[in-house]
Amino acid sequence: MNSTRIFARTSLMAVIGLAVLILIGVIYPGTWLLDTMTGLFASGLLVMSLHLLVGYTGLVSFGHAAYFASGGYIFGMLLQADGVVAALGGWAVPIATLVALLGTGGFALFVGLICARLSEIYFAFLTLAFQMLLVSAIQGLVQYTGGDQGLTGGIPRPEFLGLNLVEVKDRYVFSAFLFMAGLLVIRLVTLSSFGATLRMVRDNETRTAFLGINTYRVKVAAFTIAGMIAGLGGVILAIFTSAAYPEWAGWAVSGEAIFMIMLGGLHSFYGPLLGVVVMRAINDITLIYTTHTDLAKGIAILFVVLVLRRGILDWILDVRATRRKRGTSGDQITSQALTKTAKGTKDAAS
Amino acid sequence: MLDLGALSNCFSNSACLVTQSATGVIIGMLLFLVASGVTLIFGVLHVVNFAHGAFYMIGAYVAYSTYGVTGNYYVAVLVGTIAAAIVGVLFERSAISRVYKENLLMQLLVCYAFVLICDDAVKIIWGSEYLAMGVPDEFRVRPWRIAGGVVPPFYLFLAGTALMVAVLSLILIRYSRFGKIVRAAAANPTMVSVLGIRVPIYFATLFGLGCGLAGMAGALAAPVRSLTPGMGLSILIESFIVTVIGGMGSIPGALLAALLLGFTRAFGSLGFPLFVDGAMFLMMVVILVFRPQGLLGERAGR
Repeated sequence: MNSTRIFARTSLMAVIGLAVLILIGVIYPGTWLLDTMTGLFASGLLVMSLHLLVGYTGLVSFGHAAYFASGGYIFGMLLQADGVVAALGGWAVPIATLVALLGTGGFALFVGLICARLSEIYFAFLTLAFQMLLVSAIQGLVQYTGGDQGLTGGIPRPEFLGLNLVEVKDRYVFSAFLFMAGLLVIRLVTLSSFGATLRMVRDNETRTAFLGINTYRVKVAAFTIAGMIAGLGGVILAIFTSAAYPEWAGWAVSGEAIFMIMLGGLHSFYGPLLGVVVMRAINDITLIYTTHTDLAKGIAILFVVLVLRRGILDWILDVRATRRKRGTSGDQITSQALTKTAKGTKDAAS
Repeated sequence: MLDLGALSNCFSNSACLVTQSATGVIIGMLLFLVASGVTLIFGVLHVVNFAHGAFYMIGAYVAYSTYGVTGNYYVAVLVGTIAAAIVGVLFERSAISRVYKENLLMQLLVCYAFVLICDDAVKIIWGSEYLAMGVPDEFRVRPWRIAGGVVPPFYLFLAGTALMVAVLSLILIRYSRFGKIVRAAAANPTMVSVLGIRVPIYFATLFGLGCGLAGMAGALAAPVRSLTPGMGLSILIESFIVTVIGGMGSIPGALLAALLLGFTRAFGSLGFPLFVDGAMFLMMVVILVFRPQGLLGERAGR
């Protein structure tokens, strides 16, 4: 009934969004913007999927980059394997994408089943440990993964549906499609009753359990979905760079993803996307003047954490909400109120 | 990938056994010194200091420069320790103290920002090339031979100093007036401040002490490790593995886990050189799954 309408509307919005992105790709004459956007699509899916865990489920994963890298590696290793491209022909890329998605899902399910038993800092450390195990495995299994060098020598990407992924524009269009598909899934999850359950687990897991919900299963499901979407981001990056590197699974990628969520705004759906764009902008603008991008990023983080005390989009929404002030209905929960609730439950728990 | 032959060869050969054990002990002791700082800060302030590796790096680099100027290794270690402690106090006052009450994510972010800034600052001041300090002259003596194995006296000095300092700080926290006050302040800051004690000063001092331990480890290790911006990262991750395996907040646990890791590193480099890191993380996974509170941890992991 009502939810079906919301779902249909959201899907329609996603189709329109994709059409706009493709239109930009068709109109824009050069390659700079399209390449930049393709890169942003990859980090966008990584960050948005992590947001599903951190922002919506209250699971702080330090090891989300593992699934990002897993997607890229499965995609690349499959297409580089002898005879795969010859056997699959035009279907090679879509099938490899699907296999990467499912493989990463299986990996995330396995890790999720183990990690979801723990909470807070222990959960964070265990996810980090699995991520570092993956890095060690990638570096150790040289004959399959290329070790430290990564998957080099190019990933073959045969043409399909008239899309030649070696071309900037075609690559952009396919990446935009994958990105919007991933984003739509996350949006639908957050709008669904399952998404409401996730928020309930975040706000008070004990009470959720009292309602007869198996919170362990809910957390594992969220972890798996988030892992799969992150894997899709890895596929985009593998298509883009025609390679895969062990650094993708590194601690820096996970850390930066968490930072981008916080920078953009933890309490709004699109906040993390803003964070991705702002981070990229800080990086590229600093590079014009100096190579010390980390310094600029560090100062930006300190500013956001210590001065704004919340993400940029959260801050903007809060300022707007306080401007409008009291008169409006009480339905609107500002992020500050949310933070307070979250803190309240934490204090009560500890 | 696996070379168990080399490993079993080493176990049957006393010379190799002694040499590798000495390496294991020295790695373990330095790790213990770093981890005891993490444990100290977490155990009392309940802050996970993700920036701990940066203080290790600061200690090492400052010691390097001081050694270049004075030529005295002991002075270098002292100055490195103090520098790390001072930066730690400044960091606590300006940033960490503002996020004590915030959630884990905020603390993580502040530390992450600090690490980024420190790494780039080191690049600006000392350059991004590898630097080597070299073993100080007074330790350039013939290594001792025990059962055919090689044990440089410098290693013994490092291990002894690290162990002593870490144990002293444990005693300080557990039995001294300072330790009692700071633990009371962490448990109930309002009550303690009502008693006329300046709680923020105690917190800052404790944080500085923890960072000083990391700085000292960096300074001590400077002659045997190469210095590079970002050298703090691997030691940070290792010291977290130590903290988790040993049990968060437990110093005896940290000692046990540090030795475990040191020996894994020393013997693993013979038996499974490509999977040494993997083996450490595997241990961490096993511990977290079956005993989340760590080997000797007291707090039950929820």
